[in-house]
Order: sequence, then C-alpha cells, then structure tokens
Amino acid sequence: MEFEAVVIGSSAGGIKALTSVLSALPSDFPLPIIIVQHLHPQSDSYLAKILESKSELRVKQADEKEVITNGMVYIAPPNYHLLIEDDKSFSLSIEGPVNFARPSVDVLFETAIYGYRDKIIAIILTGANHDGGVGVKKIKQNGGYIIVQTPESAEADAMPKAAIAATNVDKVLPLEQIGPFLLQLVNNSVKKYSNNFDKFGRR
Amino acid sequence: MILRLSILHSLYFKLKTYMNDIDTQNIELQLLLQAVYLKYGYDFRNYAKASIKRRVQHRLSKDGFESISAMQNKVLYDVSFFETLLLDLSINVTEMFRDPKFYLALRKVIIPHLKKYPFLKIWHAGCSSGEEVYSMAIILKEEGLYDRTQIYATDMNEVVLKQAKDGIFNISRLKQYTANYQKAGGQESFSDYYTAHYDHAVMSKSLKKNILFSDHNLATDGVFGEMNLIICRNVLIYFNRDLQNRVLGLFSDSLPDDGFLCLGSKESIRFSAFSDSFSDIVREEKIYRKVDTIN
Ligand SMILES: C[S@@+](CC[C@H](N)C(=O)[O-])C[C@H]1O[C@@H](n2cnc3c(N)ncnc32)[C@H](O)[C@@H]1O
Repeated sequence: MEFEAVVIGSSAGGIKALTSVLSALPSDFPLPIIIVQHLHPQSDSYLAKILESKSELRVKQADEKEVITNGMVYIAPPNYHLLIEDDKSFSLSIEGPVNFARPSVDVLFETAIYGYRDKIIAIILTGANHDGGVGVKKIKQNGGYIIVQTPESAEADAMPKAAIAATNVDKVLPLEQIGPFLLQLVNNSVKKYSNNFDKFGRR
Repeated sequence: MILRLSILHSLYFKLKTYMNDIDTQNIELQLLLQAVYLKYGYDFRNYAKASIKRRVQHRLSKDGFESISAMQNKVLYDVSFFETLLLDLSINVTEMFRDPKFYLALRKVIIPHLKKYPFLKIWHAGCSSGEEVYSMAIILKEEGLYDRTQIYATDMNEVVLKQAKDGIFNISRLKQYTANYQKAGGQESFSDYYTAHYDHAVMSKSLKKNILFSDHNLATDGVFGEMNLIICRNVLIYFNRDLQNRVLGLFSDSLPDDGFLCLGSKESIRFSAFSDSFSDIVREEKIYRKVDTIN
C-alpha cells in the first residue's frame, strides 16, 4: 500500500498527544498530515504555533481552497469544519456541530476519502467524546489504515474506545509508539513502491 | 469455462479499478446537480463538492436510498422531497454577532466612514434566517444611522427568508447572542431589542422597518442596485473558484469606488480575479474597500 495522507483526530488532552506524535517525525516526512483537534470556537491559531515549535515539521492552519502539499501539517481552523475535495484541496464549512464538535473529526475523515480513497492513514488520539467513530469506519471500509491510541494511555479514553468499537482497527498503540510506528509504516510503503520505479521515476 | 471466468474476473477487476464506487458516485452527483438545475433552476453545479457530497450521502442513508441515482428519481418527481434536499444543501447555520471582533471592527472602522453619507444602501447577500441582518440593524440604530439606511437582505432559500422576515429566534440562543453583542462593543441592554416569549424571542419592529428581505440567487441572478456596503459572510466558502469570481464580480459591479465589502473570517478576495480591485481596510476581519482602478 502506498499511502498519500495522514489524518488525525484528537480532543481533550490532544495537544500533548499531538506533540508526542509529531515530534517523532523528521522534517522530510513525505506525506501531508491533516489534523482536527477540538478547540474553543474563539481560539486563534496558537495550536499551529505550539506544534511547529515542538516538532521539525511546518505547521499551519488550513485555508479554504488551499492545495494540500506533502510534508506539511495542517490544522482545522477553530469553529469551522475542514473538508477535503477530490482534487486534494481544502474546503471549510460552518455547518452545525457534528458530534457536538466543529471542527469534527468525522467530517474530515469522511471527506478525506474523496481526495485520498484508500491511501489514508487515520489516527485517533485521546478525547472525551465519540467523534471519529463514523469516520474511521468509513475509511476502513474504503481500504485505509487505522491506528488508535490505547485507551489506557489516553488522557480521555472515550474517543479511542469509540473508534475501536466502530471498526476492526489495524493497530492499537500506546501514545509514545504512535509517532515511530507511523514513520516506519510510511517509510516501508515509500521504499516498497520506489523499488517499482526505474531511476527516472517510471514504473 | 475456466478461461471465460478468468477473463470475466480480470475484466471485473479492471472495471473495479477504473470505476470504483467513488467514481460512480461522482458521476451520479454530477447528474443529480444537473437534474436539480434543469428541473428547479437552483444551480449547485459550481459549488465546492465535498460538502454537497457529504450532505447527499447523509440524506441517502437517512432515507434508505440505495444510490444517488435512485434518489434522483424522487428529487425529480416529488417537489417536497426536493425542498428537503435544498435545505440539506444550503447550509443555513448562522448566529447573531458571529465573530464579535468583526462587528467591533465594523462599528469602529466602517461606521465613521458611512456617517458621511446622507443616505445608505447595505446588501446582506446569503443572509440565511436574518441573525446577521438584525445584528447590523442594531449597530446602525446605536450609531444613529438606521433611519437613513435601506438594507437589502437576500438569500436563495425562501424557507429561511421567511424566518428572517418574521425575526423570531429560539430563546435558547439569546444568552450567547447577548454575550456576542457585548463583545462586539454593544453598550445598551440587548434585551430591549426583542420581546421574549416562552420559547422564542421576537425581534423589535423598529429594527425591521428598513429591511427588505428578498429572494436572490448569487449563482444565477444579477446586480440590482448600487450599494455602499456589501456583507457576504460564509457563503463563498461553499463555491468553487469560478463561482466565487462570478459573485465577487457582482459585488464589484454593485459598489462605487470607495464602497465597502465584508467577507467571512476565513474568506479572502486575495486569490480571486478581483484582488486588485479591493484594498484591505481591516485585514484580519476581511473588510475591503473598492479602489479606483481606472487611474
Ligand atoms: C452558512 S450560511 C451564512 C449565513 C450568514 N451570512 C452568516 O455568516 O452567519 C450560508 C447562506 O448562503 C445561502 N446561499 C448559498 N448559496 C447561495 C446562492 N447561490 N445565492 C444566495 N444565497 C446562497 C444559503 O441559503 C445560506 O443561507
């Protein structure tokens, strides 16, 4: 499987968890990482700044119509749903809260399938509600790969538990192993597929 | 026989790779939007697709259709079902003084300019159920401009326009609106602007008298007058670039030089065809002013 994007959902306790995952990744991580973290509706873009300062990656708030670039980390803006279009660009919506959340993990995950089909790695981290359950189920049905933080290692275990209950997830890992595992998974997929190309990048 | 099967098998996998469910759904969605346009005149063909697709999928599973094509049949033959779908697609979520900082900037920065005019015309495009329009009316009243202003409030959706005209809002939201009003620089007692009933609040008649609510579709209708200020927030995010440019063109044609344009916090004129026609007045709040491009 050659992956093209990583999507992450997190809520209560998520800033710490996101920092742990992102800080394990090198600056040349080859895929885009797209994050929904539940935030207060009137908060600003501080989350992007924190995550950028604590990792080697470039982190920004996603803009509407922005074309998704490999190696970037994007955060959903507070008080908007973040959606992914067929052409791998972002859309925003102020549709009402889904699972009491805006942005909602389900909305991001469901629409990630439109742009990335089965080439998605979806990660559910700590959180005190059920957002993300429907999304991981649909990503799994479409052939994507699901990683969930172990409920025991989560500050709030409801979101990981809901994801595990929703579908047959691929991997359940304690927080500190998620970043290294993700890196390995992506490196393996890139290596395996680059073997199929000649030195001009042709198959 | 075995050969036949294996040919069928490989054909099946070819078809599956070339035409999986998602591609088929994309075709069906395109056909549905075409059908809606031809039958009812609502043109969603140039909307950003992800939101529409997601809403359509949820309608499918809610009502138990097996495919978008199956639903299309119902859309074409059952007007009331179409109206349900129209409400699904025209995301009408809104609130009073949404983004209080925007309204604060409006009061502090734009109102002083508007005070110079003897008569004002303001257009709220995509006003939904009117919360944004009543917020504006309150500011105009407090700034002494209301009596010389004509407000045009338009939306394509007649169901929400009727709610806007009635000016009746759910009482459960008033607490948040009061807080927003205060953060937006409101100094009066917010409760003076409505009469509270058991579960709803009715906005004061004195706010309604200079507001004209009417049906206008930004995708298909044209300019209807010269405005001093246009507010169109959280509507352009639902459109693709072509439609965004069409609508910004309408706005540009409706504004004289120096006219004001306000977009939603996450919308921008900067990547559009009209970037050069507008200057930033309050950049973070997406408040623009039309510049004289001829000189
Ligand atoms: C999300 S609401 C925004 C309401 C309000 N402006 C605000 O920011 O709170 C979007 C509104 O745009 C309207 N709309 C969508 N497409 C439209 C079109 N083509 N012409 C006119 N209104 C449209 C919808 O009916 C809906 O009421």
